[in-house]
Amino acid sequence: MSTAYPDTWHRPPQIIPNRRWRIAIQTGIVIYLILAISTIEVNWSRVYEGLERGQRFVMGFLQPDFTSRWKDISQGLIESLTMTLTSTVVGVAISVPIGIGAARNLVPRPVYMICRSIIAVSRSLQEIIVAIFLVAMFGFGPFAGFLTLSFATIGFIAKLLADDIEEIDATQAEAIRATGASWLQLVDYAVKPQIMPRLIGLSLYRLDINFRESAVIGIVGAGGIGATLNTAIDRYEYDSAGAILLIVIVIVMVAEYSSSYLRKFLQ
Amino acid sequence: MTDLSHHSQVWTYRTPRKRLFIWLGWLALVALFVWCWQIMTETTIWMFVTDAPRQAADMGGRMLPPRWAYLPELMQPLWDTINIATLGTIGGVIMAVPVAFLAARNTSPSVTFLRPVALFIIVASRSINSLIWALLLVAIIGPGLLAGIIAIALRSIGFVGKLLYEAIEETDKRQIEAITATGASQAQILSYGIVPQIMPAFWGISVFRWDINIRESAILGLVGAGGIGLKLNASLAVLAWNQVAVILLLILGTVIVSEWVSAKVRHAII
Repeated sequence: MSTAYPDTWHRPPQIIPNRRWRIAIQTGIVIYLILAISTIEVNWSRVYEGLERGQRFVMGFLQPDFTSRWKDISQGLIESLTMTLTSTVVGVAISVPIGIGAARNLVPRPVYMICRSIIAVSRSLQEIIVAIFLVAMFGFGPFAGFLTLSFATIGFIAKLLADDIEEIDATQAEAIRATGASWLQLVDYAVKPQIMPRLIGLSLYRLDINFRESAVIGIVGAGGIGATLNTAIDRYEYDSAGAILLIVIVIVMVAEYSSSYLRKFLQ
Repeated sequence: MTDLSHHSQVWTYRTPRKRLFIWLGWLALVALFVWCWQIMTETTIWMFVTDAPRQAADMGGRMLPPRWAYLPELMQPLWDTINIATLGTIGGVIMAVPVAFLAARNTSPSVTFLRPVALFIIVASRSINSLIWALLLVAIIGPGLLAGIIAIALRSIGFVGKLLYEAIEETDKRQIEAITATGASQAQILSYGIVPQIMPAFWGISVFRWDINIRESAILGLVGAGGIGLKLNASLAVLAWNQVAVILLLILGTVIVSEWVSAKVRHAII
């Protein structure tokens, strides 16, 4: 009396267990890929010509030229760095009240809705698009970039801060409230100690992001190292462009490592 | 009888010395801020700044009403934008997977040699924005969709690679050990021990990155890399603010839809 056991084993599918759905989705993907790839028009002779330029760019990366455009590069760097710091400070200063206002456990519903919609607006608009508008309004230069980065910082910090405040230990807040503390005292003694390390960590992280972004918004005229980079590439000076990119990468790496070290130190 | 009268009657959170240090820290930050502010605003023309509300009102007046007749013309660029994001994500993910396996401490073939290289690739890709990649690629291979796709792919390597290698490092050791105990080869360990564990994370990360890429590909056209950004650039160049308004609303709509799709898919997977 032997039951026939199967002697082969197939790994069961993990993501979509239903066979029909799986086949439908797979054919859908294939059809989409065929359609999408067929709409790309590539001018291969142009690509072939470009390869020589690409080679020059790689050479520029390997032998970066820091000296001949150093005046422009240092000017751009100073603009970028000052823009990064001021916009982070201002952005964080504005986003703290908004973040507190967007925490459901601290404020009445109307305030919550207003602050959450400010956050939503700031998060859904891309930095570059904001920069285009602010450059049109405030003129070229780092001031427009500073406003752009501050605006973007508000959405980022306020949202994460509000989410953190909503997750604080409610028993501590209740203990402070039981002493008869006012709302301000509640924020100062129950909320602040719990979220301060996280807020400092987030600010450092945002400082890092703002520097990266400051390298981009210069392309639309908002000052900083991005403007210098754009000029260098437009002039086909790949050795200077390589130097700028290397400086950006090094600063970002330093910022990333030191901010992660600082965050560990603070916690 | 103990005499406690020399202690302060008021409870304080920190010692005086600590408070002094904290005040010095704040002072330093404020000083740094003021200094940076002064350097930054040296070249600012304040007349333009004070003029800004008028400019904003003027611009708002030009944007309204949006020129909806422009919408049909935008469908082809929108399709291009979605293609840039999707194909770029696919390309980026394909390149990111081997990098992630090289960077993860438990799967890297050589922790001393290959791991730092993989980590450098991840950091370099993360620190250069896709717009800068696009700027370079447009100069090298010419304007068009291909430059946009490659730019998105290069930028995605760092993001997907970083999150994926962290997921690989967090896999459950016992499952891998169980597969090893059956006498499986290295490739089989990867396929049956590690891949099933990181599959949900992998799809979640990819869809998340796709969502971000939709946003980024919408603006790549500003530097000539195809998609709806080209139309935005053209409209900005001729100061057709009512067309700019239509484009921005379309981008906003696309971003909201893609965010909704990615949230749904991630919710279904995890």
